[in-house]
Amino acid sequence: MLKEARQAWLETQQAGWGDPMRLHRPGRLAAQALDQAREVVAAAVGGRPDEVIFTASGVHASHAAVAGLALGRRRVGSRIVTTAIDHSSVLAAAAAAGMHEAVQVDHEGHVDLNGGTTAVGTAGTAAACIQVANHEVGTLQPYVEAAEICRRADVPLVLDATAGLGRIDLSDAAGWSLLTGWAGAFGGPASVGIVVIKKNTRWRAPYLIDDYQGGRWPGVPDVPAIYAAAVALDCWLQSGRTVGERQHDLVDQLRAGIVQRVPDVDVAGDPVRRVPHLLTFSALYVDGETLTLELDKAGFAVASGSACSASSEHPSHVLAAMGALTHGNVRIGLTWTTTAAEIDQFLTALPPIVTGIRATVGAS
Amino acid sequence: MKCPRPIIEVARRIGEVRVGSLLEVLADDPAAGPDLAAWCRMRGQTLVASDPPRFIVRRES
Repeated sequence: MLKEARQAWLETQQAGWGDPMRLHRPGRLAAQALDQAREVVAAAVGGRPDEVIFTASGVHASHAAVAGLALGRRRVGSRIVTTAIDHSSVLAAAAAAGMHEAVQVDHEGHVDLNGGTTAVGTAGTAAACIQVANHEVGTLQPYVEAAEICRRADVPLVLDATAGLGRIDLSDAAGWSLLTGWAGAFGGPASVGIVVIKKNTRWRAPYLIDDYQGGRWPGVPDVPAIYAAAVALDCWLQSGRTVGERQHDLVDQLRAGIVQRVPDVDVAGDPVRRVPHLLTFSALYVDGETLTLELDKAGFAVASGSACSASSEHPSHVLAAMGALTHGNVRIGLTWTTTAAEIDQFLTALPPIVTGIRATVGAS
Repeated sequence: MKCPRPIIEVARRIGEVRVGSLLEVLADDPAAGPDLAAWCRMRGQTLVASDPPRFIVRRES
């Protein structure tokens, strides 16, 4: 978490905020904080505060968005169109809602807009989904063009802004019907997801509801966590642009350095049209779990999209759809405080680790 | 086989077939399909058939 967000969360724990629906003072304080949080999110995405709801996670947000649209649009049909590299929660929600069509992407992850046009133009399409940017490789999707295609086909679009919110300017992203996000992706708490539902969208809660959050997400909201999420987003709104520029340059250096210093490495995603902070690469003949553990020993905490990494038994569907190498995969996300010195240290540590693992398996 | 193993073995054995000849690979690792395709791309070989768990690679160089 960003230190400002952590600080805000700690302070609100002591402030004694209560249920924002209650009329007593702790309730009113919580209600004010919730209103402020909605305003911050609305400003970041070009929406209105009363369109914003907070869920328990980004995955909940994806499920709620897709399932709710499918429910609201069931008289039109049950086809859900996504890209082939959307987050697994979106793919799962699409498959559960009805007939899922995944539009292919090119080797850098850009969705095929012609394929998308045909897909959303097909009769019975309830909804379409696209990301602002891919959560693994960082490639920016043509979400403005996609929104226009969906508008012409009269199909509501769910824009998964998880990798872009608090990283790039989304205030003029236009044409989406629903926007989803996750505070854990921008330095806020992992327990806060975001759904913004544009007025007049035919969305219906696909779960039991009550009076909270306008009948769109049940239960007393965790206002301290939501407030901390808003503080994290506000940090970006105030000063994130320069951080983003610096991260973009650092990732450029990483990309160039890795390719230069390590033979047989596949660096995935668009090198230029991407979010500033993400990088993923795969090293031939190396297994992802060993690479992750060796990098951890060297002081670098990275993730992996390989089939044989601890987090999954399947290779990354994102890398596979792009035709990118899936084994020996490392995923890096830079933080606000990542320095050039740390990049250099990583570039120094990586080559002997890869060479060492390749020697162990006798691979050339 | 740990996940890059099938690819490591293919890389080792590809020299045993003549240029233009085919190598059949049997691998039930879920990464085998995508990674054979990627390896072929990185090494200038051709994946002529992909029918998991059976794959056929043609040596081009």
